[in-house]
Amino acid sequence: MATLEKLPPPPPKPDVMPFVAPGHTSGTVTDKISDVILRRHTPKWWLLGFTVAFALLMLFLTCVTWLFVKGVGIWGVNWPVGWGFAIINFVWWIGIGHAGTLISAILLLFRQEWRTSINRFAEAMTLFAVACAGMFPVLHLGRPWLFYWLLPYPNTMNLWPQFRSPLIWDVFAVSTYATVSAVFWYIGLVPDLATMRDRAKNRIARVLYGMGSLGWRGSARHWHNYETAYLLLAGLSTPLVLSVHTVVSFDFSIGIIPGWHATIFPPYFVAGAIYAGFAMVLLLAIPLRVAFGWSDFITLRHLENMGKVMLATGLIVFYGYIMELFFAWYSANTYERFMAWNRVTGPYSRYWLALIFCNGLAPQALWFRKVRTSPFGLFIISLIVSVGMWLERFVIVVTSLTRDFLPASWGPYKGTIWDWGTFIGTLGLFLTLFFLFIRILPAISIFEMRTIVPGGEAGDEITEVV
Amino acid sequence: MSSVRDPRPPIYGLMAEFPSADALIEAAHQVHEAGYQKVDAYTPYPIEAVSEALALPRSKVPLIVLIGGLLGGLGGYALQYWSQILVYPMNIGGRPFHSWPAFIVPTFECTILGAALSAVVGMIIINGLPQPYHPVFNVPRFALASRDRYFLVIEARDPKFDTDATRRFLAGLNASEVSDVEH
Repeated sequence: MATLEKLPPPPPKPDVMPFVAPGHTSGTVTDKISDVILRRHTPKWWLLGFTVAFALLMLFLTCVTWLFVKGVGIWGVNWPVGWGFAIINFVWWIGIGHAGTLISAILLLFRQEWRTSINRFAEAMTLFAVACAGMFPVLHLGRPWLFYWLLPYPNTMNLWPQFRSPLIWDVFAVSTYATVSAVFWYIGLVPDLATMRDRAKNRIARVLYGMGSLGWRGSARHWHNYETAYLLLAGLSTPLVLSVHTVVSFDFSIGIIPGWHATIFPPYFVAGAIYAGFAMVLLLAIPLRVAFGWSDFITLRHLENMGKVMLATGLIVFYGYIMELFFAWYSANTYERFMAWNRVTGPYSRYWLALIFCNGLAPQALWFRKVRTSPFGLFIISLIVSVGMWLERFVIVVTSLTRDFLPASWGPYKGTIWDWGTFIGTLGLFLTLFFLFIRILPAISIFEMRTIVPGGEAGDEITEVV
Repeated sequence: MSSVRDPRPPIYGLMAEFPSADALIEAAHQVHEAGYQKVDAYTPYPIEAVSEALALPRSKVPLIVLIGGLLGGLGGYALQYWSQILVYPMNIGGRPFHSWPAFIVPTFECTILGAALSAVVGMIIINGLPQPYHPVFNVPRFALASRDRYFLVIEARDPKFDTDATRRFLAGLNASEVSDVEH
């Protein structure tokens, strides 16, 4: 025994590394997260990134203005492909949002404490992604200024929306999702806004943060109700997030087009959404931890865990691709079989092959711990997966619509420069909002971080495990 | 303003500051056992043991959420029934007017929306927020309640409150500082 005690303790293995680097206390996490916002000078990288993002946002506005002037004819949509980029980008963006809710709600219910350092900016990502997603169906309406006709409200025309349509379900699902995500995010922010109010030196900042904090003072009575409400919101968001992409998949699967009319769509869409979302969280987290010097909070263990989630959901998605082909064959339905064959060998086969590479093969590298613990490797794979998830929606939409039942009604599809401009423009909208967010609001939940440092409520348990 | 009769006690209460959560939990237990009722603790993050020590009543938020969710769901279904069957019946692909399976999705979404909004609004209202001013903010060191310090306040309205005796009592609970809270 005596000799054993003299040996130096073995270095911690990566899977038992703490979620916060050792040495942090309630005070240091507060300072470290709030100081990057309260410092006087805006860093150069921020100005540069914001400039690029804002330029892309201007591109978006240009494309939308031209769309308002000329109409949807400037896009590549026509018969038989009436949806095109608008629905591809809508599904891509809304899918990205799902990881934020998964991290903030589902991982909270499962008591996954590592979510604490990533949930705030992942939720912000959700909100901004949903904002980008919402652009496309509205812009695609033709008369976007009449979008409110989709909502059920008493009107002089005595018209009501048609509730048997998946498109109306989408309106309800996406608007509920946007609303609940926004309030969940804001409620999480309230105690941190109080911290910002108490730490800000500038009077205007203090007043603005104070208004946002609703006068929060950390009273035990308030926390008591707050925790209950927060947990209930997490419990409500969990079925909500699963329902949203399910409803999005109904847009396709309720239709009878070959390649769309499949019961596998809801689960495979939800898995794809989480897959794409975690890729985006990694794309944001990896630069953020370098730029703000937050590798104490967003540790390699966080990155590795996110890599594992990506690998798991990626395998589900890959299984979905294989099953689509299998069922096309097993259904013995001429049109389904043709659709599958056309997807693999037809005019868009390059997109399908790229999709299999991006979403099926490239993420297999995540089996290796070396890749999962390498920020650079994860960044590259996340980029590939993001492209792959866009290709997935392209393949689903375009291969099925360009060649459905009657060869007489077949026709090719190609996005125009305005399609691309609008899509890239929404990246600008997303990044602009994200840059503003990390500059003015704490991008990591400070009060939840306090609970996982030693001395915090759960911190002691974690230290014991280590 | 001595001409105006102020029914309030001369101070709002006494505030004790603690350097650690454990010290606060211990103090909260003792304050509760000593019979003080108008007591509140202030912490930088939620600590369940403090709510237990102060024997706070069960939160009413779950009930509000249940009611909000039920109203949302019933309201969503009623909206669809009313619009699709009573005032604007449309034959869509030969489906019956009351094609309830198609109404499930909006009903579900309305349930979640009603429940989530009532959770947020209910919590804010029960907590009496937004409340821009509160006497505890008059203590300069209270700014640390949103960082890493733990506070306990006994209000002067408490029947057991006596400025000197309560001050001595709080100082005896390992408080690092006891200060008056002005109105």
